[in-house]
Amino acid sequence: MTLMAIAFYILAIITCGAGLMVVTVKNPVHAVLFLILAFFSAAGLFVLTGSEFLAMLLIVVYVGAVAVLFLFVVMMLDVDFIKLRQGFANYLPIGGALALLILFELIFVNIAVASKGAAAGNQPQVFTGQDQNIKAIGHVLYTQYTYLFEMAGFVLLVAMIGAIVLTLRHRAYVKRQDIFSQVTRRRKDAVAIVKAPTGEGIKE
Amino acid sequence: MDSFSSSPWWLWLLICVGETLAVIVGVMVSLAFLLWGDRKVWAGVQMRKGPNVVGPFGLMQSFADFFKFVLKEVIIPAGADKPVFLLAPLISFVLAFVAWAVIPFAPGWVVADVNVGILYLLGMSSLGVYGIIMGGWASNSKYPFLGGLRSAAQMVSYEVSIGFILVTVILLTGSMRLTDIVTHQQGGIWNWNVFGGGHKLLFVVMIPMMVMFYISALAETNRPPFDLPEAESELVAGYQVEYSSTPYLLFMIGEYANIVLMCAMITILFFGGWDFPVPLPIKHDTLAFTLIGLFTFIVKVVFWFVMFAMAKAIVPRYRYDQLMRLGWKVFLPLSLVAVLVVAAYRVYGGAL
Repeated sequence: MTLMAIAFYILAIITCGAGLMVVTVKNPVHAVLFLILAFFSAAGLFVLTGSEFLAMLLIVVYVGAVAVLFLFVVMMLDVDFIKLRQGFANYLPIGGALALLILFELIFVNIAVASKGAAAGNQPQVFTGQDQNIKAIGHVLYTQYTYLFEMAGFVLLVAMIGAIVLTLRHRAYVKRQDIFSQVTRRRKDAVAIVKAPTGEGIKE
Repeated sequence: MDSFSSSPWWLWLLICVGETLAVIVGVMVSLAFLLWGDRKVWAGVQMRKGPNVVGPFGLMQSFADFFKFVLKEVIIPAGADKPVFLLAPLISFVLAFVAWAVIPFAPGWVVADVNVGILYLLGMSSLGVYGIIMGGWASNSKYPFLGGLRSAAQMVSYEVSIGFILVTVILLTGSMRLTDIVTHQQGGIWNWNVFGGGHKLLFVVMIPMMVMFYISALAETNRPPFDLPEAESELVAGYQVEYSSTPYLLFMIGEYANIVLMCAMITILFFGGWDFPVPLPIKHDTLAFTLIGLFTFIVKVVFWFVMFAMAKAIVPRYRYDQLMRLGWKVFLPLSLVAVLVVAAYRVYGGAL
C-alpha cells in the first residue's frame, strides 16, 4: 500500500497548496483556476478511499458545471486591482474573527470524530474494491432517506424557480421570435400573386 | 488487467505504460487519416478534389500539416497571460486522450475497466471546456474571449441532455461499466441499445435518443452546425485566434480526438460496440473473435465520423439563441421524458 500512501500525499499536498493559492493569488481568475485544481485533487482523494462514484460526481457537478459558471462570472468582472487591495486593515478584524471561528469549529469536529463522540458506533466501511458504491448510495438514498432526498430536490427546485422569477421579465417593445409560427408558416400565408396592369401598378 | 495484479510491480507498470502508449499512438495515427477523410468528405460534397498532393491520394497530407505546425514559430501575444495561455491547449489535448482509457476497443481490450466508466467519460468531456475557456481568456483579446464564453455556455447546456440520454442507456443495461454495456448488447443487431437493447418496444424511445445524442455530440465538440465558438463569419476563429504553431496543433488534435471519442461513445452506447451485427459461429475467447470485434468497432466509429463530416458539409450554422433553445427547450424535456418512459418500462414492463 505504499503506492496508495504516495498518491495520497501527492494529492493532499496539491489540494492544500491549491487551497492556499486560492486565497493568496492576486488575479481572481487564477484563484478560480486553483479552486478547480483543488476540486480535482479532492476527487483524486475520493478515488483513493474507494468512493469512485463521489469522485466522478465531484468532477461532473463541481468542476464541470459549477466552477465553469464561477469562471464565467469572474472572467467578466472588471476588477480594479488597486481598489481590491484597499481596506485590508478595515476587513482584517472581522475576517480574522471568522477565520478563527472556522478554525475552532474544525478542531472541535476533528476531536469529536477522533474520539468517536459524534460518530460513535459508525465504523467506516472498509474499501474492498469490489462492492459497487453507486448501488449502496442509491439504495440508502431511495429507501432510508427518501423524504430527505426529495426535500433536498424540492429546495433546489424552489431556488431555481426563484432565480427564474427574479430575472425573467417580458418587455413589451422587444420583438421576440416565435419558432412554431415560423416553422408552420406556409407559402400561401406569405405570398400572393397579383396581376399588375401596365402603367398603373398595384393599388393597395 | 486483474490477472496482472499478482505479478511484480515493474511488470504491471510496463504493461500499463505499454497499453497506454498503444492507445495513444493508435488514436493519433488514426486521427491523421480521419482528418484526411474529413477533408475528403467535405471536398466531395462541394465537388472539389480535396487534399491529393502529398503521398498516394493525398494520404500523407496530415503528416505534412503536422510538420508545418511543429516547425513554425510559437507566437504569444504581448498582453496574454502566458502560463494560462500555454496551459489551455495542453489541457484540451490531454483531456481528449485521457478519456480513451475506458473505451473497450474489442473483447477484453480496454486500458482501465472502471465501474463508473460512463461517469468518467462525462466528467472528462465536461472538463474539456476548460481548455477552450482558458484559451479564450488568456489571449487577452475580444474575439477569443467571446468564443470562450459561447463555448462554455454551449457545452454546459448540452451536457445536461447528454447526461439524461446516458441515464436511459444505464437504465437499459443496468451498469455504468462500458464493457458491461457492450456485452449486454451482444447477439446481433436487434440487441443493440438503439433498437431497445433486447426490449423490442423500446426502440420507439431509443432511436430518438440516439439521434439526440448525435446532435448533442455535435454541439459538445463544437462541430458545425454548432461551431459558434469559432464561427469564422462572426468571431474570425473564436478562441483560437491568437494561437499559432504547436499550441494551435494541440487544440486541433484535442478537438478531433474528442470528435472521434464521441463517435466511439455512440458506437458503444447505442450500436453494440465491438458486437458484429449477426451472431458469429466462432468461440468468444479466440483471437479471431477479438480481431473481428476490433474491426467491427473501427468500422462503426469510422461510419459515425463520416456522419460528423457530412453534417459539417451540408448543414448551415445555427444562431446562438436557436442553439440554446434547442438544448434547453427541446432536448432537455424530451430526454427527461425518455428517462421516465424507460424507467417505467423497466419497473412495470416485466423486464426486471
